[in-house]
Amino acid sequence: MVAYRVVCYINQFFAGMGGEEAAHQEPFAKGEPIGPAAQINSLLGEDAQVVGTVVCGDSYYGENMEAAREKCMELIKSFSPDLLIAGPAFNAGRYGVACGDICAITGELLGIPTVTGMYCENPGVELYSTKTFIVKTADSARGMKEALENMARLGLKLLKKQEMGPAEEEGYFHRGIRKNFFYEENGAKRAVDMLLKKLKGEPFKTEYEMPVFKRVPPAKPVKDIRKATIALVSSGGIVPKGNPDKIRVSSAESYGRYDISGIDDLTPEIFESIHGGYDRVWANEDPDVVLPVDVMRQLEKEGVFGKLYDYVYTTTGTGTSVANAERFGEEIGEELKKAGVDAVILTST
Amino acid sequence: MAREIEAAAGIPVVQIATIVPIMLTVGANRIVPGVAIPHPVGAPDKGEEVDKMVRRQLLERALKAIQTEIKEQTIFNK
Repeated sequence: MVAYRVVCYINQFFAGMGGEEAAHQEPFAKGEPIGPAAQINSLLGEDAQVVGTVVCGDSYYGENMEAAREKCMELIKSFSPDLLIAGPAFNAGRYGVACGDICAITGELLGIPTVTGMYCENPGVELYSTKTFIVKTADSARGMKEALENMARLGLKLLKKQEMGPAEEEGYFHRGIRKNFFYEENGAKRAVDMLLKKLKGEPFKTEYEMPVFKRVPPAKPVKDIRKATIALVSSGGIVPKGNPDKIRVSSAESYGRYDISGIDDLTPEIFESIHGGYDRVWANEDPDVVLPVDVMRQLEKEGVFGKLYDYVYTTTGTGTSVANAERFGEEIGEELKKAGVDAVILTST
Repeated sequence: MAREIEAAAGIPVVQIATIVPIMLTVGANRIVPGVAIPHPVGAPDKGEEVDKMVRRQLLERALKAIQTEIKEQTIFNK
């Protein structure tokens, strides 16, 4: 029997090319397994073989989505694969979006099954979980072994067209697909049983999960911009030189509040980037390209708006838990409200 | 973070970043697409003059977003 043909998609980091300095790498392919793809190849056993690896830098994909998608598609197609395995991306946001996106488009255009792997908070999960199989992974590469095993297992199952069990049992994020099947007991009995368990405080499982989309109603616009105080907030990791509050370079658990009154321009002498999730070369040459104090000051002087708030709030938004980011937002929001700030410009990398 | 600031303070928050689908997912209401991941509000690779011009354009767009009445998540492309 001829083995199934598998193509893997990985980013520049897992291809061994480097971190952020190589994140603008354009897509290319090699006719062999590279990095984690080599482990996937051995996990697949005799039934399937990794015939090629497509590599693309995370920033390149994120910034040139259409071009990256098209080029990667072309490369994947050239191997005539039966299955695409992308990642795992763990909690890396850009990588997760790239993996999800290439899986979705490959499934759509080539009609083959696709598998990727991510941590539950990766934005790629919400964007692509209905369009591919996303295996649940740990938040970092510490969970690599388990992630690859689960991805390979699911991939083989899809190749062999074996019956797929419920998402929870198979270990992937549910795809919003419901299968009809018969229970011994009717709906009324099941609902009452569930209610009784709930009343007793026992664990129970709903048969119809509600999607969670956190949204807030848009705030009213600012009426008189010429009198408005505007605050700058950023998750781009711009802090006073030396990082006085020791904000973590990734997975931040805190944010800083820094006085910018009297500062017209963020220079490398006084501010720097400590963000561990993008190439800091530009931001360290001129922090204004992430936290735009210089031009805001200029607009303030020209009277385009009332006043630039005296403090900026910053943190690093890479691998930062959703719960922490929400807490930062709540606390910062409370403080800005008390300070009488009228609007916020928030920059993210 | 953008969403929670808006909720807690009750004031408009405009987010400038490069990957628009992520901003939509996390629930930012006023969105201005940025230039690039390592420099969302500038184009330092194009020289100082262009860099500042680009930054100014984006911030003016952000100020416009702050003054615009919206009913749902809105991307301000111009």
